[in-house]
Amino acid sequence: MMISIKQLSKLYRMKSQNVQAVDDVTLDIKRGDIFGVIGYSGAGKSTFIRLINRLEEPTQGQVMINDTNITELSVNKLRKERQKIGMIFQHFNLLWSRTVYENIAFPLEIAGVTKQKRRDKVLELIELVGLSGREQSYPSQLSGGQKQRVGIARALANDPDVLLCDEATSALDPETTDDILNLLVSINQKLNLTIIMITHEMHVIQKICHRVAVMDQGKVVEQGDVLDVFVKPQSKTAKRFVQQLNPLEHNQDSLKPFITKEENSEVVKLHFIGNDAKRALISNVLKTFDIEINILQGSISPTQEGTYGTLYVELDGNRSVIDETIKFIQSSGVEVEVIDDVT
Amino acid sequence: MMLRDWFPNVNMDDMWTATYETLYMTIISVIGTLLLGIMLGLLLFLTERGNLLQNSMVNSATASVVNIFRAIPFIILILLLFPFTDFLMGTNRGPKAALPALIIGAAPFYARLVEIAFKEVDKGVIEAAKSMGAKTHTIIFKVLLPESMPALISGITVTAINLISYTAMAGVIGAGGLGDLAYMKGFQRRDVDVVFACTIFIVIIVFIFQFIGDALSRKADKR
Ligand SMILES: Nc1ncnc2c1ncn2[C@@H]1O[C@H](COP(=O)(O)OP(=O)(O)OP(=O)(O)O)[C@@H](O)[C@H]1O
Ligand SMILES: [Mg+2]
Repeated sequence: MMISIKQLSKLYRMKSQNVQAVDDVTLDIKRGDIFGVIGYSGAGKSTFIRLINRLEEPTQGQVMINDTNITELSVNKLRKERQKIGMIFQHFNLLWSRTVYENIAFPLEIAGVTKQKRRDKVLELIELVGLSGREQSYPSQLSGGQKQRVGIARALANDPDVLLCDEATSALDPETTDDILNLLVSINQKLNLTIIMITHEMHVIQKICHRVAVMDQGKVVEQGDVLDVFVKPQSKTAKRFVQQLNPLEHNQDSLKPFITKEENSEVVKLHFIGNDAKRALISNVLKTFDIEINILQGSISPTQEGTYGTLYVELDGNRSVIDETIKFIQSSGVEVEVIDDVT
Repeated sequence: MMLRDWFPNVNMDDMWTATYETLYMTIISVIGTLLLGIMLGLLLFLTERGNLLQNSMVNSATASVVNIFRAIPFIILILLLFPFTDFLMGTNRGPKAALPALIIGAAPFYARLVEIAFKEVDKGVIEAAKSMGAKTHTIIFKVLLPESMPALISGITVTAINLISYTAMAGVIGAGGLGDLAYMKGFQRRDVDVVFACTIFIVIIVFIFQFIGDALSRKADKR
């Protein structure tokens, strides 16, 4: 296990009240994973990620990275350890007084790398994040997306094992967000870097994360593989986030007219996971069975672990044929959920 | 020549000597104020609650000293320090004798400007430096100072201009300079033209300082 977090808590004590910003969080993150943490504003996501590199001191609990107990390190050892934990920020936090080149060189200066080695590393990183030719620009001369690329290059300068991202794309437009997310995925694969990604946007999780934890009021209310959470969200918060991704999909009200108690009609929800989503299941069914299929609504979402799709259909036909059809669909690996009530 | 008619009592040798003395006092005291002010400003900033070297004792002690010295009118500060200037500078006459009072008078003012400049530095950038494992002195020299440079420069410009008028007041202890000249040769002998000439010179010096300060501050600002 790359990162192991045990019973991590943070209590802010203030004059008027105390805020339990992070409440007894236990998580394990595998090496090379992109681990998403999603939650609404005030859920404690930023506090949580800042506890990992101790920008915030935990009131309780333990953070282990690569068998180093971060929570027990002395100030000096912590500084050394932080060089191996990259971090990127929502507002980039670049030094405006330094050029792109000098910003990326900064963590290397901190680590005491010699000038010649610094140069090689900075140029390599500039190449990696696609900013060649902009070395001498100042941050004020860059777009948001370019600034975040500098932020990423800077975070990677000392070859970290972990990259912490706090809302790294929240200040960017959708297209730039996609570029940055793609960059993070390619870095994750190229460098086998473990990434912790804080966000309040489900599509960020969908697009790049392998695993996800859902936070609410300081607690992790749900965690698991992204696909599992997508297909079967358990907690109310997770359900709301899945819905946010595809507002139509869980709008079951519009299914109501089709849900009858009649023998020869059935509304079913099909879950396509992974490669099943790409198969021509419906036309297969129509060729094989004497049945009519009404497509009511559907969606497809690509995730890091494969494509995930849902399809609501109404099956019209002989009762026995309907049952056979459902069995056939199930046998082809697609999950079928019979909807007989709208929630 | 017209100038001779308008300024019959002005002796250009005296004028240049006085200008040199004013510049000497200003430049040396600006350097001293810069060093002392930045140190005090750093101390104020770093020991503040929630900052790198948070320490309320040191913070309020520094703040009190700064506030007390800012409250003392400069002319009185000169008189207060007069007994010590001989000990400090080996003389209590001439431009050198004015330096302690000038620096002690201006540094607390500049320290507050420095503190404000540091407060304007993006907290996120300091945090980013921390997340990279930066030591406190790295944060001071590679983040705080460079990131607040335009404000530090415009602050020292304002302070330098205050110092120029302080040097004029320092004339009362015979510090020399344009203020001294205007007072001794101009005011006491009723030679209004000398006062006038000194004024013009001082205004020109102020303009030059302002111009240089603005230019440097603009050059440092890459935002
Ligand atoms: N320094 C602090 N002092 C006191 N309370 C704090 C502090 N930082 C955060 N909090 C509180 O802790 C809770 C969690 O804040 P946090 O910033 O971690 O939320 P978040 O999930 O990152 O929200 P957002 O999505 O808006 O960034 C909030 O109630 C916040 O008010
Ligand atoms: Mg946050």
